[in-house]
Amino acid sequence: MTLALETKGLGKQFGGLKVTRDLSLQVTQGARHALIGPNGAGKTTVINLLTGVLKPNAGRILLEGNDITNLTVHRRVLRGLSRTFQINQLYPDLTPIETIGLAVAERLGRGGDWWRVMGTRDDVNAEIAENLERFHLTDVRNEPTVTLAYGKQRLLEIAVAIASKPRVLLLDEPAAGVPESERHDILAAVASLPRDVTVLLIEHDMDLVFSFADRISVLVNGAVLVEGAPDEVARDARAKAVYLGEGADG
Amino acid sequence: MSASSDVGRIARAHANWHWSEIVFWCLTLACGFLFPSRYLIMTDIVRLALFALSLDLILGYAGIVSLGHAAFFGIGAYSAGLLAVHGVITQPVLALIVAGLVAAVIGFLTSFLVIRGVDLTRLMVTLGIALLLEALSERFSNITGGTDGLQGIEMAPVLGAFQFDIFGRTGFFYALIVLFVLFLIARRIVHSPFGLSLRAIKNNPLRAAAIGVPVNRRLIGVYTLAAFYAGIAGALFTQTTQLASLDVFSFERSADLMLVLVIGGTGYLYGGLIGAVVFRMLQEFFSNITPEYWQFWIGLVLVVIVLVGRARLHRWVLFVPNWIIRQFGGQKATVAVSEGEAS
Amino acid sequence: MTSILTNLFDGVAYGMLLFVLACGLAVTLGLMNFVNLAHGSFAMAGGYICAVLVNGQGWPFFAALPLAFVGSSLIGAAFERTLYRHLYTRSHLDQVLFSIGLVFMSVAAVDYFMGSSRVFINLPSALEGQFDVYGVGIGRYRLMIIVICGLLTALLQLILAKTRFGSRLRAAVDDPRAASGLGINVPQVFAFTFAFGCGLAGLGGALSAEVLGLDPYFPLKFMIYFLIVVTVGGSSSITGPFLASLLLGIGDVAGKYYVPRMGPFVIYTIMIVILIWRPNGLFGRTAAR
Repeated sequence: MTLALETKGLGKQFGGLKVTRDLSLQVTQGARHALIGPNGAGKTTVINLLTGVLKPNAGRILLEGNDITNLTVHRRVLRGLSRTFQINQLYPDLTPIETIGLAVAERLGRGGDWWRVMGTRDDVNAEIAENLERFHLTDVRNEPTVTLAYGKQRLLEIAVAIASKPRVLLLDEPAAGVPESERHDILAAVASLPRDVTVLLIEHDMDLVFSFADRISVLVNGAVLVEGAPDEVARDARAKAVYLGEGADG
Repeated sequence: MSASSDVGRIARAHANWHWSEIVFWCLTLACGFLFPSRYLIMTDIVRLALFALSLDLILGYAGIVSLGHAAFFGIGAYSAGLLAVHGVITQPVLALIVAGLVAAVIGFLTSFLVIRGVDLTRLMVTLGIALLLEALSERFSNITGGTDGLQGIEMAPVLGAFQFDIFGRTGFFYALIVLFVLFLIARRIVHSPFGLSLRAIKNNPLRAAAIGVPVNRRLIGVYTLAAFYAGIAGALFTQTTQLASLDVFSFERSADLMLVLVIGGTGYLYGGLIGAVVFRMLQEFFSNITPEYWQFWIGLVLVVIVLVGRARLHRWVLFVPNWIIRQFGGQKATVAVSEGEAS
Repeated sequence: MTSILTNLFDGVAYGMLLFVLACGLAVTLGLMNFVNLAHGSFAMAGGYICAVLVNGQGWPFFAALPLAFVGSSLIGAAFERTLYRHLYTRSHLDQVLFSIGLVFMSVAAVDYFMGSSRVFINLPSALEGQFDVYGVGIGRYRLMIIVICGLLTALLQLILAKTRFGSRLRAAVDDPRAASGLGINVPQVFAFTFAFGCGLAGLGGALSAEVLGLDPYFPLKFMIYFLIVVTVGGSSSITGPFLASLLLGIGDVAGKYYVPRMGPFVIYTIMIVILIWRPNGLFGRTAAR
């Protein structure tokens, strides 16, 4: 069994504060793995470590067996590790065609092309069109992102990440803040992600986690407290205590 | 029509020429025939416009605030001057390109310092490099002519056919053609994938990296390109005025340039061109009131522009042209000014 | 050997002067992330206030110094209340443009009212000349600079470490949002600090007339020095800018003495080397977040 994504003894501290401690995660190929945990458990730090925004103080990160601990952010993307963002970090002035086009052009190695006008390469155009279609963005393809409905923006968020053709996708609270009426589209998009893409879902919403994940890790104080299949985690006393302690009802 | 070609058509549409752009360039060319007594000031405006276009590439498109863009202008100016004085390259066009390339090399080398760190570091480094070059050219005054400037610059005819004349007619059309060609190139570049990734970096560098954009490499690229443009502007200055002195590196030149771009608006290429015209007219106006203290008024203009708000000011200034364009071309055709700089 | 010590002494004096001139800017940056390129204009104001009082009104030098401080801080406070506070949330580009505009206006205005030539302040005879300590030439004026600036630095440290205002200021620099959550009036803290920083700059301007020269172009000439102090020194404490100022002062004096032909380049070289080595400054966190 090959692991899609693995961390070995990952540690990060800010000053004296240990935010991530000895974190060893193993995400298997094609898994639907969820990383959950109460506020302040260090989920955001884990994402920043995995994507290369932060450098760990200790430990290693392996993507399909290759050490990526010292790679820059964009190199990890080109190696096949993409992420979506939790709060809105899309480009307000760019249209879906342009936003997805950025990712496609970089993946095909055309991003540094300074002489051809955008839209003149058929391979890039075809992939943009394919992603627009898959994420139901064709009708708004030429509208500035800022004018799109929030649900459409969340779809665009996922579409941009998928446009880099990742092997491993980090989904950071994909449905956060989406109104009930548009929620279904997001869940459907998440559910229909290609099976050969390994997904690590970082999520608060327990309904989404238990309907989607086939494996769950519970992060508390920067370390994995419980890990297992969803029904195991659901029965686990320690996991319950964490969430009950936070005031959520079962 | 397939989805793919539809995407291509829409993506390319941004790069299509708008009729107002064609009008703009026709008017500019017409000025060359309408005001034959004003070639010198018009050449000056064209040079300034090219220099501002160069700053727009890094400030308006990549969000790099520079306090020392005159560094590359100066490099270009001295390169062109030295090439002419020593008779190395007498052909103006070739010398122009070489001078631009020299500036580009310096731009490339210094870009590694500039792209590191935050806005504050960039301010210090860009200002420091310009001051350093100014001090160097003062120190090596045996080569540069020091405060007296480079003496004895004589230009061969452009392309061997057009002699520089005393009225500045050749100089003006030469500068205008150079500006137009470089504008065309810049226009292509900002509509390319490279240009798109610059906009993404300016807006949110972290996000751009997460999409797979090599942020540093792109910034180095555009900084080098802008240095090339500034070098050409400097070389044009030397070739059309047959002059190169220490003040090509001065802080005032860099600061005035920012004002030019701010007047015209950043991030849409025409800002520098429009700004150059307005700036020179303002400068004429203020020097007529108080010849020695016109800098006070230039400073006041800067302060007022910022306090009123650049975006709001441009909505006011562009209200009339946009209103006219709307009458003919519809809502989407208006001249856009990017709002909100990277902070 | 003695020339080394003399140069070191001059360098320290120069560095401490730079610190007093620039520390207000470091705090402004650290507190509000505001890039104020016009800081030198406030220093120049102090210098000219002192010059007018001493040369024009016949005030004693030491009586004019406090007035330079008070005058500059009042000017600073007026500008902060009327103009600067509108720009805290703006982009760095706006702040740069605005403060360059102020620099240009101050340069032209001072030129108009005071003339463009260098101004010398009449010093008491006790401050002129130098004396020898074991063969090391000690300039009286520079000794006074070291004493005054040293006292000021100690006083600043005390204010920051021991007073209620100091702890509020430190809290606000660390995290303005959390500080205002704790009930600290951050805009007020900033207004005080800004005025105080301008006052210090004014005092520095008055002291520097003899050493650095005072003319209308002062804010332009020393802009790069201020930037180097805050960039290299960072703005999380005053220790960073202090050490950076000393480094800059000693480096500049030594450079001009030992390699006179290449003198001005020494500080640029220091700047570039430090930047390559530590892109975010020598001492911890830089200002811009």
